[in-house]
Amino acid sequence: MRPETEAELADIIKGADAPLSIRGGNTRGMAPAGAVLETGGLSGVEIYEPGALTLVVKAGTPVAEVEALLASEGQRLPFEPMDHRALLGTAGVPTIGGVAAANISGPRRVQAGACRDYMLGVRFVDGNGVVLKNGGRVMKNVTGYDLVKLLAGSYGTLGVLSEISFKVLPKPEAAATVLINGLDDATAVQAMSAALGSPYDVTGAAHAPVGVDGTPVTMVRIEGFAGAVAYRSEQLKTQLGKFGDVSVETDADKLAAGWKWIRDVEGFATQEGDVWRISVKPSDGPRVAAALNARGVMYDWGGGLVWALTDPGQDIRPLLAGISGHATLVRAGDETKAQIAMLHPERAPVAALTASIRQKYDPRGILNTGLMG
Amino acid sequence: MEMPKPNPDILALKPLLVKKLQEVLPHDAVIHEEVETRAYECDALTAYRCPPLAAVLPRNTEEVAAVLTICHDMGVPVVPRGAGTSLAGGALPTADSVILGVARMSEVLETDYDNRFVRVQTGRTNLSVSGAVEEEDFFYAPDPSSQLACAISGNIAMNSGGAHCLKYGVTTNNLLGVTMVQMDGTVVEIGGAHLDAGGLDLLGVICGSEGQLGVVTEATLRILRKPEGARPVLMGFDSNEVAGECVSDIIKAGVLPVAIEFMDRPCIRATEAFAGAGYPDCEALLIVEVEGSDAEIDEQLEKILAIAKSHNPVELRESNSADESARIWLGRKSAFGAMGQINDYMCLDGTIPVNQLPYVLRRIGEMSKEYGLGVGNVFHAGDGNMHPLILFNANKPGDLEKCEAFGADILKLCVEVGGCLTGEHGVGIEKRDLMVDQFAPEDMEAQMAVKDVFDPKWLLNPAKVFPLATSAPRRIAAE
Repeated sequence: MRPETEAELADIIKGADAPLSIRGGNTRGMAPAGAVLETGGLSGVEIYEPGALTLVVKAGTPVAEVEALLASEGQRLPFEPMDHRALLGTAGVPTIGGVAAANISGPRRVQAGACRDYMLGVRFVDGNGVVLKNGGRVMKNVTGYDLVKLLAGSYGTLGVLSEISFKVLPKPEAAATVLINGLDDATAVQAMSAALGSPYDVTGAAHAPVGVDGTPVTMVRIEGFAGAVAYRSEQLKTQLGKFGDVSVETDADKLAAGWKWIRDVEGFATQEGDVWRISVKPSDGPRVAAALNARGVMYDWGGGLVWALTDPGQDIRPLLAGISGHATLVRAGDETKAQIAMLHPERAPVAALTASIRQKYDPRGILNTGLMG
Repeated sequence: MEMPKPNPDILALKPLLVKKLQEVLPHDAVIHEEVETRAYECDALTAYRCPPLAAVLPRNTEEVAAVLTICHDMGVPVVPRGAGTSLAGGALPTADSVILGVARMSEVLETDYDNRFVRVQTGRTNLSVSGAVEEEDFFYAPDPSSQLACAISGNIAMNSGGAHCLKYGVTTNNLLGVTMVQMDGTVVEIGGAHLDAGGLDLLGVICGSEGQLGVVTEATLRILRKPEGARPVLMGFDSNEVAGECVSDIIKAGVLPVAIEFMDRPCIRATEAFAGAGYPDCEALLIVEVEGSDAEIDEQLEKILAIAKSHNPVELRESNSADESARIWLGRKSAFGAMGQINDYMCLDGTIPVNQLPYVLRRIGEMSKEYGLGVGNVFHAGDGNMHPLILFNANKPGDLEKCEAFGADILKLCVEVGGCLTGEHGVGIEKRDLMVDQFAPEDMEAQMAVKDVFDPKWLLNPAKVFPLATSAPRRIAAE
């Protein structure tokens, strides 16, 4: 099923008598049981006002189309959404609705905020087939409850997104990456904390124990006007000098490739094993790595996001007991996926709340059944 | 403003309720004498007042849970209260409700500069959160103008903004986690020092829920390192349209100032008479502030000034010292006081798409003549969050009602052009009955379904946010 309008989408859900498997670009390899409901037919930009930093777009619009339009006005999605295709070995075309439904954010999340922080409004169809709206297209809006945040990251289980309003931001004219070579994980996190705690507005801080050339590399990104970038990267180069051998990279192509390598976890793409994404407070990052005894790890968000490559079929969550945060199983074989929940199980009082909310929005339990637990 | 009739059965329970509350709280934390409960009869929306049945001042999560359990079991409504600075009546009690004030919960529980967060009890004031991390040159970004007095609990309830949110976002973008007590006494921990939710983003819906889902007792807040410096520039224009175009062009040029403030002629004249900041007598005035090192500020201001000049400003004033910066901000910061000296005023906070600015200002001017009430406009132009200040005389019979009708018309206009009723103050009781202008019945149903989950008996801050008629079936069913 592939509705072309919001009204058709509503009719399909209203008329459904069995579970629906909601599909944007199908780049995540999630395939909950049910008849496939594709959102790709709901495509196109409704409003784009560069001077107001706002974009209203239908949910099935390809991310690439959105990014190209924004780039034509020197703007961008600030939260740098990841493209899962290389890591998961999937084809398909990522959609903006898929990004929103899974609250997908990349390295810039640590400074700019997550996808949900840039979502100003949504239109969606709930499990009863009712068309609903929340938020709007203005940057400050506290009118009623913020269901926009609730829908962001709800993986289609509360409703199928039909339209999303975003706040967008200017794309800076210059960028640089301050590189430190050869650090161990704990020292790298300290260096990234120092950078993120500086006044230099760092927009990315990642550490790969095994970089592209096989040795450890720590990356700190600065973006802005040319003069500011030059000044800040020099300041950081000086301040981070105590941690190790520091250099500054300013080649635009190398920067883009380097941060895409982090964003899309390209280092694990061709390696076998399950892939986990673990969110903790940054200083706990190395503790996570030590607890896992993984085949490989990579740190983003200053150490607060740990990507781990692990033995297939292993549930790592018991190993992380005592560390606050959550672990998401991003890549695994079907058998493992059937046994280990994708999302971190919630504690009892919270689980009761979320189950009850899901029941309100989808009383028949037909939207991506079981995907969130 | 209509409020539900107090339930006589609950009023009759007062002696028993007070006795039970005194069993779980220190003696001076239960306020029940009529002369004392009067202190809690209103918040900053002073036009509406009603002393509560009682007020309690717990010191921690456990005491909050004990209070809520008692009230829940007895079916007594609870109105959470931060510092009582709400302009929307968010903390207005009913006669049969208990005010739960968090004023005694003001401790800093944890400060972590390496991981860039602070964990506080939510009765702590906004400014004193920044104060607690100032020694290391950090700050908490959201800065509502009441920040000296307002509490973090209220900031979370209303998802408060401030002048600098164009760059730093509002409360929800800076809130990492909460400890919250549900109406039945259940304590939940949501989020923490890590980023993003593992499941549904409950934190996102709790923030801005106006104290209707639970009482937030502790909050984990993101802190940031202070920029090296900041500097404003002032520009005057002879039309609102041109000032609006200038704002749009600055943003399109890729400059992201931390603040873009706008004042119109009535407001400029009022503040000049009051504060004498030396503002030009023009139609529209902008204050644009940027941050960074001196050289970075120069780099950004050069671009901003070039854009401003292309719009033929009647005044363009750069700051060359801290003193000059303070003078540029003086009038803006005195605006509310200046308007207050002319007469009583009502402050609105509807938000509009920024390209609708000239049209909305023109319509407000026309309506001002129709209603015969003066209005000054001062607002955050970068994000379209307006603050029309309507002047009226509270002692003149009928003036408040006329002012409220004018205000409602302005807010309906905001919705009509694609904006919303409230950008940062919240709905409270003030804008409750206008919700039908922004939302269809089913949109409100979807919101109320969330309250049904967190507070099935509709005891927490009832009769707020949703029109009384809309929430009536649920409130009555729960009785």
